Formats: sequence, C-alpha cells, structure tokens
Amino acid sequence: MDRFVFLTFDGLGRGAVYAAFALALVLIWRATRIVNFAQGAMAVATAYVGYSVANATGSYWLGFVVAIAGGLLLGAAVERVVMRFVDHSSPLNGVVVALGLVLVIQGVLGMIYGNEFRPAGAPFSRDAFEVGGIALLSRFDLFVFAAVFAVVALLAILFTRTNVGLRMRASAFAPDVSRLLGVNVGGMLTLGWALAAAVGSMAGMLVIPTELGLHPNAMDIVFVSSFTAAVVGGLDSPVGAVAGGLMVGLLLSYVSGYLGATVAPIAVLVLLVVVLLGRPAGLFSRSAARAV
Amino acid sequence: MRRIWSALAAITLVAAATSGCSDDSSGGGSGGGSVPGVTATDILVGTHMPLTGPAAAGYSKIAPATKAYFEFVNAAGGVNGRKISYKIMDDQYNPATTQQVVRELVLQDKVFAILNGLGTPTHTGVLDFLKTNRVPDLFVASGSRSWNQPDKYPGTFGFNVDYTVEGKILASHVKETLPGKKVCFMGQDDDFGRDSLAGIEKILGPVAAKQSYVTSNPNVGPQMGALKQAGCQVVMLATVPGFTSLSLGTAAKIGFKAQFVVSQVGADLSTISKQLGAAAPLAEGLISANYLPMSTDDANPWIQLYKKVNAQYNGNADFDNNIVYGMSVGYLFVQSLQAAGKDLTREGIIAAVEKGGFQGPANAPLRFSAENHSGYGGEQLTKVEGGKQAYFGTPYETDDADGAVAAYSAQAVTPPQNGIPAAS
Amino acid sequence: MSATLAPAVRAGRRMPETRRRTRHLLWTVAAAVLIVALTYVLPPFRNYQLATVGAYLCVTAGLTVLTGLNGQLSLGHGALMATGAYTVALLQERLAGQGQWTLLVSVVAAIAVTTVAGGIVGLAAARLRGPYLAGLTLAVAVVVPAITSTFDTIFNSDQGLSVYVDPPPPALGATFPYERWQAWLTWTGALLTMLVLATLIRGRFGRSLRAVRDDEAAARIAGVNVARTQVLAFVVSAACAGLGGALFAVLAQSVSPGAFPLSLSLFLVMAIVIGGLGSLAGAVWGAVLLVALPALTHSVTDSINVSPAVAQRLEGNLPLALFGVTLVVVMLAAPGGIASLKPRRRKA
Repeated sequence: MDRFVFLTFDGLGRGAVYAAFALALVLIWRATRIVNFAQGAMAVATAYVGYSVANATGSYWLGFVVAIAGGLLLGAAVERVVMRFVDHSSPLNGVVVALGLVLVIQGVLGMIYGNEFRPAGAPFSRDAFEVGGIALLSRFDLFVFAAVFAVVALLAILFTRTNVGLRMRASAFAPDVSRLLGVNVGGMLTLGWALAAAVGSMAGMLVIPTELGLHPNAMDIVFVSSFTAAVVGGLDSPVGAVAGGLMVGLLLSYVSGYLGATVAPIAVLVLLVVVLLGRPAGLFSRSAARAV
Repeated sequence: MRRIWSALAAITLVAAATSGCSDDSSGGGSGGGSVPGVTATDILVGTHMPLTGPAAAGYSKIAPATKAYFEFVNAAGGVNGRKISYKIMDDQYNPATTQQVVRELVLQDKVFAILNGLGTPTHTGVLDFLKTNRVPDLFVASGSRSWNQPDKYPGTFGFNVDYTVEGKILASHVKETLPGKKVCFMGQDDDFGRDSLAGIEKILGPVAAKQSYVTSNPNVGPQMGALKQAGCQVVMLATVPGFTSLSLGTAAKIGFKAQFVVSQVGADLSTISKQLGAAAPLAEGLISANYLPMSTDDANPWIQLYKKVNAQYNGNADFDNNIVYGMSVGYLFVQSLQAAGKDLTREGIIAAVEKGGFQGPANAPLRFSAENHSGYGGEQLTKVEGGKQAYFGTPYETDDADGAVAAYSAQAVTPPQNGIPAAS
Repeated sequence: MSATLAPAVRAGRRMPETRRRTRHLLWTVAAAVLIVALTYVLPPFRNYQLATVGAYLCVTAGLTVLTGLNGQLSLGHGALMATGAYTVALLQERLAGQGQWTLLVSVVAAIAVTTVAGGIVGLAAARLRGPYLAGLTLAVAVVVPAITSTFDTIFNSDQGLSVYVDPPPPALGATFPYERWQAWLTWTGALLTMLVLATLIRGRFGRSLRAVRDDEAAARIAGVNVARTQVLAFVVSAACAGLGGALFAVLAQSVSPGAFPLSLSLFLVMAIVIGGLGSLAGAVWGAVLLVALPALTHSVTDSINVSPAVAQRLEGNLPLALFGVTLVVVMLAAPGGIASLKPRRRKA
C-alpha cells in the first residue's frame, strides 16, 4: 500500500507536466488543425534563453518570465515567418515543416550552447514532504500543480468569457465566415501560435528541472508522452489534455514501479489502443464539443 | 512510370557525377603507397562518435580532444615524418548511421584505421565489416567484452576497463569497508548493466535488490522508491552520468540515504555536478573508480600537459575528464604508431599493439597481447570529498572471470619532456 | 452496384491493362539494366549508398501507397522495418551456412511476419483519423526498444543481433566486390516492389485507394468497402516496409533497436512528402534524399575552414540545421514535392 501511494504521487507529479505540455498541443490543434511537432524544440529554445537570463541576473523568476515571453514571440514568429506560407492542401506539409524546424532549432541550439547537459535549477526545493514515512510531494511539485491549474483556468476564461477568445474560436472553426464578419483571422492564428508556444515554454520550464537538464533534445521524450496524453484525452479538449497527462503520468509510474521501466512504452501503446478503439477521437471528444 | 524513369535517370547522373569526385578524393587519400591512408607525409585515421542527439552529452568532446593532441604532435613534426589527420564522423549513437559513416571512412576516405569508435551497440555492428576489409580497429570506446575476441576479430582492441572488471573492483571495496551492509544495484538495461552486475555478484553474491532503467524514460522515482523500501544501505549504480545525477537527486527527494558506489562511466564529478546544479553537494561521499588522471588534479604532470594542449589546439574547451580521456587515446595511438616503426602497415600496427608494453597516463595496466585485446585491466578507487573527486588507496587489477582482485603496484610514469612518446 | 458494373469495366479495360503490364515489365527490366551498369561504374562506397537507396525505396514506395494514395499517416514504419529486420536476423542465424537460398527464405518470411504485424496495426488504424492515427503509430514506433529489452533472451536488448549473410556466389568470381552484390540484392527487392505497386495502383485497387482518400462517403456510396481498403493499404505498405527492413538487416549485417529510432519513422514520412506524395516517382526521390541529403550537408560543412573552437561547435550541428532548412525551404517552394516539379505534369 505504501508503495502504491508513493507511486501515485510520483505519477501525478510527472503527469501534471505532461498535462501542461499536452495543453499547448491542444491549443494549436484547435486554432490551426496542425499538430505542432516543433513544440518540444521551441520550448527547449525558450528554456535556454530563460536560464541564460536567470543565470546572468541571478533571478529565477525573471528567467521564468523571459522564457514565457520568449515563447509568445517565438510562436508568433514561427506562424508569421514559416507556417503562414505552408500549403495546407495536404495536412502533412505542416507536419514536415514542423519537423524541419525541429532540426533547425536543435542544430542552432547545439551550435550556441553545445550538446552538453546544462544545469536547470528549480525555484523551490525538490525534497518531498513525508507523511508516515512515505515521500509524497515536494514544494516544486506543488508549484507545478499550481501553475498547470492556473493555465487551465486562464485559458477557460479566455475562451469562454472574453471577446478575443470568442474570435479565436470562430476563426479556427469557420475562418471564411469569421473573415466576412470582420474578424482578423490571420491575427488570431498568430495569437493562437503565440499562446500555445508560451504554454509550451512554461511546461518546458516545469519539466526540465526534473529531468536530465537543458539539452537540445531535452523535450523529445516529453513530446512523445505529451502527444500521447493529448491523443488519449482528445485533441479538441483542454480538459482531456489535463486528464490524459495525468493518466499517462500515473501509468508510467505504476508500470515502472511494478513491472519495470522497460515495459513502460508497451503499456503506453496498450493504453492508446484500448482508449482509441473505444473512443477513436479521445476520451473527452464529445463532452468537450458540447461544453465549449 | 515515365516520371519514375526520369527520377532514376537523375540518380544515374548524380551518381556518375559524384563518383567522379570520389575517385579524385580517394586518389588523394591513398596516393603513392600501397597502404590505405598512409603516405610519406600523412596518416589518415577516422572515428565515429555521437556529436549530436541525446547521447552526445560529454562524448562529443572526446574526439576533438584526440584531434587536438594529434595537432600538437603534428606541430612537432608528426610521427616518423607523417602528420596525423583525424576524421570525425557523427553517428548520433544510431547503429544504422554508424554503418554508413564507417563505410564512408573505409571505402571512400580510405582511412588507415578506425580509432576509438564509441558505443557498444553502434560499434558491434561494424566489427564484421572492419574485419573483412582488414582495417585495424583500435581502442574502442566502450567497456564491452566483445572487443576482446582475438580469434574472431584479430584487428579489434578495446580501451576502457570492462564493466565486469570494474564491478569486481568496486564490489571488493564494498565488501572490505562496508561489511554486513545491505547492498543493492541499479543499472542500465543493456550489457553495461548486466556485465557490471555480473562482476559485483562474483564478489558479493546476489544483491539484496536490483532495479533497471532505460534511457528513454528519465524518471527513476519508482526504482529509487523500491530500493528505499527494500532498506538498501549501499546502492551500486551502473548508470550514465545523467542517470547518476537523476538517481542522486531522486533519492534525496524521497529522503533515501545510502552510500552510492558508481561505475566510472557515470561518475565524472564535473558532469554530475553540472546537472545537479545547486544540488551538487548530493554527490558528496560518492565512491567510484577510474584509471586515468583526474581532470582536477593540477599537480599531475599529465594534466599539465593536456591543459597545455587544450589551450593551444582545442580552443581552450571546458577542461574535464572527457578531454583527459580523448587525449589519452591520442597518446596511446601515437605510442602504437611509434612502435609500429617507419614502414607503417596495417599488420604492423596490430603486431605492435599486441606486443604491448605501453606506459602512459593511466594508473592501471594495459593488458594487450596476442591473446588479450581488452583495454585497461584495473582501476583505483575515487571518492568525492569537499566537492573534489580524488583517488585514494592503491590501484587494483583483476580479470573478467574468477581471478582475484589484487593490488597493482607499478610505478606511475611521467610524460616525456616534449609530451610526445618517443620512438621505441 | 459494383457487382453489376465491375465485369463490364474489366472487360472494357482488358486490352490496355495487359499492354500496361507489359510496359511496366519492360521499364523494370530497363531500370535493372541501368542499375547493374551503375554498379560497375561506381566505387564501392557509392555502391553501398546505392544499395541503401534501394532498401529505402522499398519502404518509401509502400509508404507512398499508404499515405499518398490512401491518405493514412503512419509514424510507425520504422517499427515495421524493425520487424522485418529482426525476422531476417533470427532466421539467418538458424539457417547459416546452408547456401544462398536461405536468404530468400528469410526475406520472404520477414515480409510475411511484417504483413501480419501491419494487418494488426491496420485493423486499429482503420478506425482512426488524422492525429489520432499519428498518435497510435507514434506509440508503435517507440515500442521497439521496449520489446527488445523485455524479451531480451530473443532480441538481446539494446545490443541487438548480428545477421549472417553469405558472401557473393562464387560463380561471380572471387574478387566480386561485396558492395556491388549488396546493391544487386536491395535493388532486386526495390524493383520488384515498384513493379508490383505500379501494377496494383493502376488497377481497381488503386482506384479504391484514391476514392477513399478523396471522400470516404462518396467511396462508400460507389460500393468501395472503406475499412477493407484501408486495412489492405496498411498490409501492402507493411509488406514493403518488412522487405525494406529485411534488406537493411542484410546491408548492415546487424540489427539493434537503436537503428530504428522514432527519428527514422519521421524521416521516412518527410522523405515521401518532400519527394512528392502523389506518385511512386516521389518515393524514388524520397529514397534518394534520405541517403544524399545528410551526406551533402555533411560535405558542405566539411569544406568550411574555421578555428578549432568554432569547428567543435559546428561539427554535427551545422549539418543538422542545414538539413532542417532544406526541408522547410523545399516544402515552402514546392508544396507538391520534388516529383511535382517535373515539367510534364500528370495527374496521379
């Protein structure tokens, strides 16, 4: 039982990060119908910038803010400079361009910072509180939960309570009609990319301190887990992204703990097969469509 | 079909065009002598290393350091009047890419030898190819026992201490100094972890608990949790540096205190503490073993030499144990070239290495002979104290079978005055 | 509806189809002659690269049928290649030294095993669309190392297996270059694949594939069994991937999970999109690019002369960045892929 409790909290901590990153994927998907395969590399790039600032100024929080602001800028830039000019007659063109961007970003980061791991500090202690001899959550885990919750809440308000959010949803679902109604559809696309990249950057800042450190490939594995999480939850549903993230985090932790780390990817595949055969568009596909 | 045809025709053109170029370049590489890669003034050797990708961390510094040492030797006139060129190919630690780049080195660039190819899964795949083409395959950068098969692969030689030898040496230290403690193990889920555990269990018998990890899942929380619950007092790790840091960090996070004993592969303090960042003090007390001088030991004449070379020929890269490793490989290769003599041939250098007797920077014996192609055969223990990793005690040597772990008491040698091994 | 129409259609098209088949056969023979001639002109390393193109071509051709003609995205073809490669490795080990015929047996078995695996993935895939299919196949791609480690007594974990391959037949002469033999082997597979696929996609099956891709509802109304067509497309494509993987194992004489990473699966998709999704010509371009582009970017960066400090930073990283830039630029400049740039443009 102790072990189960321990693994549960361990999995929730990881899952929260996957959830944040899956959220970024869902944002872009809803806005542009593109799965942004460059999300991981973009988040790493802004994390490098954030940590450079943090190290230079000695203030983690300044670096954190810079990373998120960098995400906004990078997202907007990628949309304006590259994605806008992609021929979307085949959905694969966007995927290939995004994969090309991954290579460019990783190559450039390698040139600037080298292919070494660099330390990525955390703003809070990572020592877990113990209850009855079982290590549960650390201050940093609580910070991750709080940050992810804040993002979900802010996004919910943005999309359901504000004018901009309404226009963004309109341009994503019916670009032509929106244009006729005077919505700046191109601007909304840029905004969608900027927002998503900012959320991705935040997720990067949350996950990198818990892993091996800063590295051009630091988010590769996180991307795979988070994409899985988004698919499990349903790419149209922010709630699904969070639920999917937590599920994948828990599953990885239980399987690694009880069966061994090697089996984990097989378990993830099984989860996907089971979920998608039951609900081909993710767990939260229909309810989400109604709720939004 | 017509378009396929035009695509095929385009390949033909491109192929024909490039084949023209490659004939030129191969002519330049092998011109004059009958030995591939060797002319009166040059020797061309190649290597495969991960320079990019997730496995590149740390390793990407090795080959440039070796190259810098060669530049240093070249500036002093080279070996027997020949300058050494070192062609470094990035294989991203992908065995399929290794196949491609090693063939390019051997078939197109016509290198004299492959030096210090890195990685067990990557290099295993090219053993047969190198054997068929009779290419010397010197000082492979991995502790697998596969390199030591003189009957099957007569041209292949290892460099690193193999994982089993290391496991035995670390385990006998644990047996002597930490008797009666509950010893557990966590290792990478491949030959590194398996061979290491085999060595440990040869000395200690079955460990109390064992866990494994895979590099594609950077969360060792479940494993560390299990070791904590099993009540482990000593944890022996066969981990790469990133996972050493992760294990130390995770153990601290869950309040698990144990004596960590780590394989040399993952125990480089500068690499670990970089990853741990502010949590670097967690590495305090860490026990490991090594066979090359510590990069932080400024009093060591080898380190002084390497730092000089690093400043002059390596763009003053951040000096760490990877650079010490790379330069030591370069030193050993130059020793081998000197031993092979003026009339350099592929058979000649293999015979020279098999003759052995090389003295160098290491505090452990090189065991090369006609029957033994493994690399270093021993290690000395290290400990992290006061934020510095340093040797203690005496070096030990042993074999990968049931031989005893015995003290190795040869005198350490100092580098030659000019930093270049003399002709023997 | 299809039952009544089909015979008439078939009867009406019999003549041209036979003629087309003969023409396909002639083209294939001509291509074979060209390849054989090439292998005599090229130096060994170029022959090895040519052989690699041949092995890739099997996979890209199959993937073009699946993704280009049927509209199903697979990010898991690297895993299917691994299935073929491991089958060959395991069988060749059992059959070692009994003669050249064993390779044919092993390769056919590899195709069979991969076909079954592809059928299973295809059954699940037929229910899924767009990113959900991408997600499932992505999970398939990353499962390879987990399987080789979990069943390490069979697959030997990360270290992998070596593949026994006989030397070229003595009839070809004692000094026959090994790389030429490798090129012959892989291109035999590649040209057969192209012949079979070209014939398949010109026929009824090809029309069903495209009908499903363009509009599932319309295809269903026209009497096409959508799910069956999708599963079949996956099976055909998997068989090609199995053959490609088998040939890779033969080329490398070893298999290990590291040779089939997620990036391989992604590169395969990039290759066919850049090459041109609409036709098999795109698959040829894609296979060429997979081999030529990394080599080209590497040689470009090799020719730059800089100080050691800068060179260390550029090494490996600059080729990577150049590779990415090329992908992005080609995709923006030629959205239909390289094959679409041909002056004589025909609708697929």
